[in-house]
Amino acid sequence: MTEDAAMSNFLSIFISSILVNNPLVVLFLGLCSFIGVTKKISEAWSMSVAVVIVTLISQQITFALNYALVYFDVEYLRLLIFIAVIASAVQVIDIVMKKFMPAMHRSFGVYLALITTNCLVLYVALVQIAKGYSYLDCTAFSLGTGFGYLLMMVIMAGIRERLETSNLPEVVKGTAMVVLIASFLSLMMQGFSGIGG
Amino acid sequence: MPTLHGERKEQKNNKEKLSASEQGADFFIDNIYFACIVINGFLLFDSLGGNSMQDEKTPITWDTFWGEVVERNWVLALTIGMCPTLAVSTSVANCISMGLAATFCLVCSSVLISILRKQIPNDVRITAFIVIIGTFVTIVDYSIQGISLSLYEALGAFISLIVVNCILLGHAEAYAFKNSVLATVVNAFGAGVGFTLALLLIGVPREILGSGAILGHAVVWNNFQTWLVMISPVGGFLMLVLWIVLINWMRMRKNKPAPKNDGGCCHE
Repeated sequence: MTEDAAMSNFLSIFISSILVNNPLVVLFLGLCSFIGVTKKISEAWSMSVAVVIVTLISQQITFALNYALVYFDVEYLRLLIFIAVIASAVQVIDIVMKKFMPAMHRSFGVYLALITTNCLVLYVALVQIAKGYSYLDCTAFSLGTGFGYLLMMVIMAGIRERLETSNLPEVVKGTAMVVLIASFLSLMMQGFSGIGG
Repeated sequence: MPTLHGERKEQKNNKEKLSASEQGADFFIDNIYFACIVINGFLLFDSLGGNSMQDEKTPITWDTFWGEVVERNWVLALTIGMCPTLAVSTSVANCISMGLAATFCLVCSSVLISILRKQIPNDVRITAFIVIIGTFVTIVDYSIQGISLSLYEALGAFISLIVVNCILLGHAEAYAFKNSVLATVVNAFGAGVGFTLALLLIGVPREILGSGAILGHAVVWNNFQTWLVMISPVGGFLMLVLWIVLINWMRMRKNKPAPKNDGGCCHE
């Protein structure tokens, strides 16, 4: 494959995982945080930046680790090892950030710990192997999925901040309204289907 | 005079004469006996208790089971674990298999966690929960792959993703880690049934409207125009909204407060 073709493949996977296969509203990954931490834009922003970083780092580690699993013929341990890697990666990032970027660590707060149970990180680690992507494509896939998550979280937080002041009927307050907005966002994302191949 | 050793040898010889299927059945029964003994041992160990001081006795009532199904339904009342609910509810067959798989993992992992609750140190409990849950999810993952490859492809990564399902982790944290084994079995089974019920409540209307069938059998009139939006991701969100609004409305009419989400690993 020439460099140009590799680059265009990178871009198409990146864009299609942001828009066409958006993790939140199309693939339904990480909906808990979609409802839990979108009350304010600043919260949503911190959470999604943390998710982007963790997804990328754990994807790089699991991509390399998969070769070891195949070499030693213990592929049935993949799920356990991957979840352990993600949990420890989150811990390590937490410690490193506390030491070198205390201000950023304070803004992330508890969200960093919550990422271990976010479906999105494990999904990226497992699906990159199931799809048999090359290294560059895997990186595009994880970055795109992370940014797709960021996009939807920030949009949803913006809408919810506006809704705070509006007069909603009592029945749809809270979760019901968030899921309703999510369905509209999902409808919007269907318009992109076909982009990026 | 046949010695014990001789008897065993005779039995062994008899066993060799049995057909393969009989041998399989024998093996199965032996293992069931073994499992029963182990489980009984654990129950005894549990009732005696390492230190009975902190062992609070929770009475097992009908509410232990039924409350999890209706009142504190994890998906519809607490809105936890919605990722697999929405993703696989495009057809009823997927719903049932996902419900069974999750219930199996939930009951098995909760029982193991409840048995080991005095041994697991408090600081590393989440890691321990994830490893225990992950073991059972791997078993289910490979079993489904063996049973039906088309089902495995339809459910996609969501079988593996049971491991990060908030219902399992939330149940382990909120209930299994604090209660006796018997109460945990009943409660976990209730939670599993509640999850399957929620899947079906969302999945049945989606399949009827989206593809005009239930489990592949057509149930609508001839020139019925199928609603494509119902089998797309949008339909999942819409059905969930309808149920949540209905539940909120019923709760408001009865003036009941919403159940508190005390085990929530992912909500604020």
